[in-house]
Amino acid sequence: MNLPVLVGLMVVKITLVLVVFLTTIAYVVLMERKVLGFIQLRYGPNRVGPWGLLQPLADMIKLLFKEEFTPPHANKTLFELAPMIVAITAFLPLAAIPFADRILPDSLTIYGYQVDLTVAALNRGVVADVNIGLLYIFAISSLAVYGAVIGGWASNNKYSLLGGLRLCAQMVSYEVALGLSVIGVLMVAGSLSLVTIVEAQKSMWFIVYQPLGFLLYLCAAFAECARTPFDLIECENELVAGYQTEYSSMKWGLLMLGEYGHMIIASALAVTLFLGGWQGPFLPPIVWFLIKTFALIFLFIWVRGTYPRFRFDQLMYFGWKVLIPLALLNILLTGVVMMYL
Amino acid sequence: MEVLFLILAAVALISGVLVVIQVNPVRSALYLILNFFTVAGIYLLAHAEFIAAIQVIVYAGAIMVLFLFVIMLLNLRHPEEGGEKQHLAQKLSGAALAGVTALLVIYTCTRINLGPAKENVPGFGSAEAVARSLFTDYLLPFEVTSVLLLVALIGAVILAWARLD
Repeated sequence: MNLPVLVGLMVVKITLVLVVFLTTIAYVVLMERKVLGFIQLRYGPNRVGPWGLLQPLADMIKLLFKEEFTPPHANKTLFELAPMIVAITAFLPLAAIPFADRILPDSLTIYGYQVDLTVAALNRGVVADVNIGLLYIFAISSLAVYGAVIGGWASNNKYSLLGGLRLCAQMVSYEVALGLSVIGVLMVAGSLSLVTIVEAQKSMWFIVYQPLGFLLYLCAAFAECARTPFDLIECENELVAGYQTEYSSMKWGLLMLGEYGHMIIASALAVTLFLGGWQGPFLPPIVWFLIKTFALIFLFIWVRGTYPRFRFDQLMYFGWKVLIPLALLNILLTGVVMMYL
Repeated sequence: MEVLFLILAAVALISGVLVVIQVNPVRSALYLILNFFTVAGIYLLAHAEFIAAIQVIVYAGAIMVLFLFVIMLLNLRHPEEGGEKQHLAQKLSGAALAGVTALLVIYTCTRINLGPAKENVPGFGSAEAVARSLFTDYLLPFEVTSVLLLVALIGAVILAWARLD
């Protein structure tokens, strides 16, 4: 059998996707610093390499060689575990997001073996076409909060703990709105599989049918990623750096990887659900997917550069009394329209 | 498959016991999360992907987050420093209750006969199958549950309201 070849190909594919993702995270950090610099009339990083393009590399080397410090009286195991949870929950959702249509033909001859690539969707531009793809992504990203909460608690620091608690309350509140905001899309597409959802947008993007759903999704996603204007968990003037306060070196690096990973996943998911995924004329599908995703990432950075922060009670009010009722209204409207048109 | 099931079941049982015997409530909660995961894994082995995802989203992702939130909010001091002593009566009644439960479980286990499971219908465990049975065969329990949740919701609002006055 050619099972070893298939497993090998799968490993290669997963590794490629992961390497591209990690590189993207590194350069999104650079992009954020550059764009923020532009917004604030500064240059941003421009010393390492041409236009500062090697800055992520320098940052990584610096982080790897920095002193690793665990505060006394911290819970060692949990303190180590928290950054891993944050990073892993940021990487795993990537598996279900389709980034291109077909990347390989249906069968290939490798070293004389006829390999059927339709097994395990090896020829498709998605790592795993799960039939409950969207639920899988929500399930994994709902676990991201544990990283922050456990890290905040294990650090044995008041600021860390308060940051963790804030994130806890924020995530639980906005997860409801996030889940409700995409139900309209599910009703229109009739499937939970992200591949099917993208294919259903062949003639028209779902943002046209679900403008309110898209806005609600964006608001909830900003809150889920704890980005400005919802970044109360690491609000510098109140909490130092929230749950990250006690972390240093590569542990802090993992927390950052997780944070930016979540942002990229949220953008990619918005593209998949509302903006037609990899669909688009002329250019190859993967280019369209990247263009759309980076446009949304730019939006994230733009908002960070221009909007002030909410107060915590405003955040809760907005989540429960504005987003959730609007999301329910959106579901009702979608249902009525689908029934009578 | 069988090996996977045995591993998952063993982890589920061990973590379940650890939930009960831990002194530190935060650790208890963390073992409970591990337990939910293994149960979700067992659902996956039974081809119930939808239920597995819901198990993780609802129990591990929402309910346990709230548990942890409350534990951390209320119990900031180290529990090892001693808390309330247990009375002898408490210990005795707890042991008695556990004994009765164990007897009932053993009694039930001897009475059921575990035959081979029925063959799955195609599409079993998918979102469509669950939705169809919820909205046809089990419509009444489903709606009654929603009313129950509404009652809990109104109750919570009223409690919060009373605190505000």
